[in-house]
Amino acid sequence: MSKVKLPYLLLLPGFLFLFTFFILPIANLAQTSTQTPIADGDTGQYEQTLRFSNYLDAFTENQEQFARSFVFALCATVLALAISYPLAYAIAFKAGKLKNFLLVLVVAPFFVSFLLRTVAWKQILGEEGFIVPSLRTFGIISESTTLTSTSFAVIMGMTYNFLPFMTLPLYASLERIDPRTMEASGDLYANGITTFRKVTLPLSMPGVVAGTLLTFIPAAGDYVNAAILGSPNTRMIGNVIESRYFKIVDYPTAAALSFTLMVAILILVTLYIRKAGTEELV
Amino acid sequence: MSKESSLSPEARSIIGAMVSRRAVLAGAGGLGAAGLLAACGGGSDSADSANNVRWGNWPLYLDYDEDTKKYPTLDKFSEATGVTAEYFEDYNDNDEFYGKVQAQLKLGEDIGYDVVTPTDWMAARWIRLGYTQKFDSANIPNKSNILDSLASPSYDPNREQTLTWQGIMSGFGWNTEKNPKGIRTIDDLFAPQNKGKIVVLSEMRDTIGIILLSQGVDLQTVTEDQFMNAVDFMEKKIADGWIRGVKGNEYAEDLTSGDATAVIGWSGDMFILASENEGKFDFAIPDSGGTISGDNLLVPSTASAEGKANAEKLINFYYDPVIAAEVAAYVNYVCPVKGAQEEMEKFDPELASSPYIFPDAATSAKLGVFRSLTPAEETTWGEAFQKAAGN
Repeated sequence: MSKVKLPYLLLLPGFLFLFTFFILPIANLAQTSTQTPIADGDTGQYEQTLRFSNYLDAFTENQEQFARSFVFALCATVLALAISYPLAYAIAFKAGKLKNFLLVLVVAPFFVSFLLRTVAWKQILGEEGFIVPSLRTFGIISESTTLTSTSFAVIMGMTYNFLPFMTLPLYASLERIDPRTMEASGDLYANGITTFRKVTLPLSMPGVVAGTLLTFIPAAGDYVNAAILGSPNTRMIGNVIESRYFKIVDYPTAAALSFTLMVAILILVTLYIRKAGTEELV
Repeated sequence: MSKESSLSPEARSIIGAMVSRRAVLAGAGGLGAAGLLAACGGGSDSADSANNVRWGNWPLYLDYDEDTKKYPTLDKFSEATGVTAEYFEDYNDNDEFYGKVQAQLKLGEDIGYDVVTPTDWMAARWIRLGYTQKFDSANIPNKSNILDSLASPSYDPNREQTLTWQGIMSGFGWNTEKNPKGIRTIDDLFAPQNKGKIVVLSEMRDTIGIILLSQGVDLQTVTEDQFMNAVDFMEKKIADGWIRGVKGNEYAEDLTSGDATAVIGWSGDMFILASENEGKFDFAIPDSGGTISGDNLLVPSTASAEGKANAEKLINFYYDPVIAAEVAAYVNYVCPVKGAQEEMEKFDPELASSPYIFPDAATSAKLGVFRSLTPAEETTWGEAFQKAAGN
């Protein structure tokens, strides 16, 4: 076998896999997105008419849910970052012998199904959980206020569910920082805050970028948290796609919405990476 | 039983296994094998149907023995006929199930079931599209046991290809501590103590049906304007913060957790909730009327001749009043089989007098059936309902 062919052979399994499970479905989705119902056809029967205005209709009808998806995803990402950074910092620099144990704890939620964890949140925030009654006892929320079926619950659920995706890349990049760079900063009379601002944070940026992407992208398309913890007033675009596909059997609109979501995320991510830079991402 | 929720099939099978029907009430112990099986089920590829029948049904919709982890009537069926039954509790949602099998139905490939259990309107769609097989009546002599009120639906006037599995009434369910006077009208439902704690069904025909009935509309002649008007009513109640959720049978979980105090719900669920929580919950058909629908046993066009014959044996078996009474005593939905009430009196006279399992004339008179929708209506009305529900 010639040496030229070997790399292609090595690529073959990956290529075949992606072709079958990514390219083909995407192509199918694309061709579905411009179909229209067959005249006098039954529910779910569509024909190809290359109606590109499906996209415009789908987008204009669901702007609210699109906007909500991105706002919720942004809130969850910011919250996750605020929680994860100190956490990852502590594990990387201060945990000592406990380091591995703490890392296992961060990953531990993955051992339980995503759905079960979300349902558990419903119970935690529910009327018979301990949070609502205690908040009421202290008069922080009124008798009639509930926590489930609110935007708060949905954002909290997303923050929790995607937290490890933020923590792990942050940890990986913080852990790689040579402590001597921080010592050097101290030797040059920088105080703790300045050292963090000028040394630690810039050096951990690859982790921040990777973590925020890994959180934001799935969060924007998530629908499980909104379905379980939300109300009709907190539906995200994922819920709309799900109901279009399975409930209304409106495949073209569902496909058009999926594509629009993909493109919207792609644009946002491109802008973000341009701004943040990816040179050190890997 | 018609349940929907805004989750994916996988999500639903897991959550469905956790929260549906008895499992909700029996607590963790009630999860049992039925639920776990439901989560793993998925039809069967086995083409060897000579002595086998594959049945896809809704979760916890057949008598189940927690101790032996078996379905007693299904075992009796196998003993009586020598046909083994593969039972899948994976019909979690009409639309989802249809989405899963429709491509195979279209191509005429085996969908993995010899008998399935769609709700009326979905059964109507299968018939319209030619995805069903006509029964050989000679194989189902017990067919004549079907209640007169269910014997001739518009989608299958002579019951040639469908037979009701169970009937489902929907009406108001409530927490008796928060609503001591009960709920009989739509105004009782939207009373101040329930603000933000009302859950309505994601089954369009039930929720909108009950709103329409409260507005004096006949469900057999409902027009698009009337329908949209009722959808607007629901949408406003959601926007104003009265309704907290539009859900499938997860509403039962919300009631037990206290997150919901009043619901538009299904009789069978409410019946179990009431009986297992010592009067904490109650159910009533609204004064202005409730809805009734049915889930139907039917044989998919893709079933083999042997599969069909065995499915017919199964259907015939469950139309035996003795067996039907056993099932009804467990599932607590409306029993479609004549003579089952008399059979149930022999082992549970109190249950046999329940108007929710065997509706009396007064109850039946208050029940409306949603008219069949055209495919175009199904789409536009469904779309309006889903939009109002936030989707």
